[in-house]
This record gives sequence, structure tokens and C-alpha cells, in this order.
Amino acid sequence: MRWTPSTRPLSCREVVELVTDYLDDSLSPKQRARFEHHLTGCDPCVEYLGQIRATVALAHRVHPDPVDPPTTQRLVELYRAWQRPST
Amino acid sequence: MGADDAELLDRLRAGDEEAFAELVGRYQARLVGLARQFVAGPQAAEDVVQDTWLALVRGVARFEGRSELRTWLFQICVNRARSHGVRERRLVPVGSGEPAVNPDRFDANGGWAAPLAHWADAVDDRLEAAAVVDHVRAAIDRLPHPQQLVVTLRDVEGLTAKEVCAVLSISEANQRVLLHRGRSTVRRALAEVLDP
Repeated sequence: MRWTPSTRPLSCREVVELVTDYLDDSLSPKQRARFEHHLTGCDPCVEYLGQIRATVALAHRVHPDPVDPPTTQRLVELYRAWQRPST
Repeated sequence: MGADDAELLDRLRAGDEEAFAELVGRYQARLVGLARQFVAGPQAAEDVVQDTWLALVRGVARFEGRSELRTWLFQICVNRARSHGVRERRLVPVGSGEPAVNPDRFDANGGWAAPLAHWADAVDDRLEAAAVVDHVRAAIDRLPHPQQLVVTLRDVEGLTAKEVCAVLSISEANQRVLLHRGRSTVRRALAEVLDP
């Protein structure tokens, strides 16, 4: 069979650039099929996809620093002032 | 984990001060972090966030819950920060960008020149997972500003692509490019730590 641009197998270098679109489900059905076909035969690309997923999961575990009590106190006092009807 | 946002919002509508304090505890640092991406100093960021809280208190009766409270707060915060205009920056990808993976890792046919170290499945269970999370945080902090914003909102906060576009007023295409570059860079930083 002859390869056309839309049926030619993807290289690994191309696959890593499509990972974000793949995870967001924004590849066309044809591209998605090519992407998934590549993964069935390529362990390193499966690992790469897993690493991106792991990166996202770890980012989700980054938590903001706690707020210091004086800041909360100051804002709660402002809240009380905001609650009072303005004259 | 305390009450969810919807419950806190109901209590806030009823003028519940503790609900307000709880929302501050939950969002203050995240909002300041977001505001700091747009304004010049910590004080300006605190001012923007204070305005954001005021807008919430003033607008809480009208808020219909069509979007999540979190998305709404982030959106107000970004809009206020932008109107401060101290260092308005365009949130568009610049140039063609670095490839996701160093080109040296591929052979002439675009295949992997050497197998990848395996850490994707193990990283969450590692004893030092907390330290790994610190590396991720540091890597995100080093990203260029537009990528940092998108990765923070998408991956740290867990907003959807649509929500990020709404909060930052950017196109879906720009959101995707910025997320892709940012995530790829954070993965590379992680790979350097996990597979030195």
C-alpha cells in the first residue's frame, strides 16, 4: 500500500508533540487512530505518555501555602465593614 | 476537607462570616499567586485580591452558579489584575517553541535513540513523592509566564481547557500550545531528577 500523509505511520518524534492534544481529546478521529496505532507497537512512547500523565497528577498535588492568620483576620474585618450598609 | 464551595456560597449569601473566612483560607494564596503573574509587587497583588473578595461579596446575590465559584473568582482576579495594567503581557505563545523532547533523543528516522527510563508508574508510590512534588512546583515556577499560568490553572487547579480560556481570555489553540510547552518542560525537569 502507498503511504499518504494521513495514513503514514507517525514517528516517535511526532507522537510526543501530539500527546497534549491526545489527552484533551482534540485530535481528529484519523489522527487519534494513527496515534493509538503507534502506541500499540512502541513501549517508549507508552512510557512517555505515562510520564506526562504522572507529571499532571503530581502537579495536582502542589498545594498553595497556608494563609497567615493576620491576613484572614484583616479580610474578615473588611468583610464586616462591607456588610454594613453604606451611609 | 470542609464544606464544598456551593455550600459556602449559600452561607455567604446569608451573611455568614465564617463561610467568608473559610473561602479566604481556601483561595487567598491561590488568588495572590495568580494576581502576581500580572502586577508588579506583592502589595499590588494583595490589593487586587482584596478587590476580588469585595466583588464576590457585592456580587454573591447575583452569582447564579453557572460557572464554578473557583472559576468565577479566578476570572474576576485576572480581570482586576489586568486593569491595574502594571505589566500587561500578552498571553500568546512566542516563536515556534522548543520541541517537547530534546532532538538528540531521537535517531534519524524520528524514533527513540535509546529506551526511556521507566518511572511513570512508580512515581506516585515513591517514598519521596512529596519531594518530587516540590520539584514539580519549582519547575512550574520556572516556566515562562504564559505557560506558567496555563499549567497552574489546568494541572495544579484542575480547570478544564474551556475554563482556562474563559479565565485568561485566550483562544483554545493558544491554550493548547502553552499547555503543551509547559507540561513538556515540567516532564523534562522531572526526568532529570528521577533518571539522572
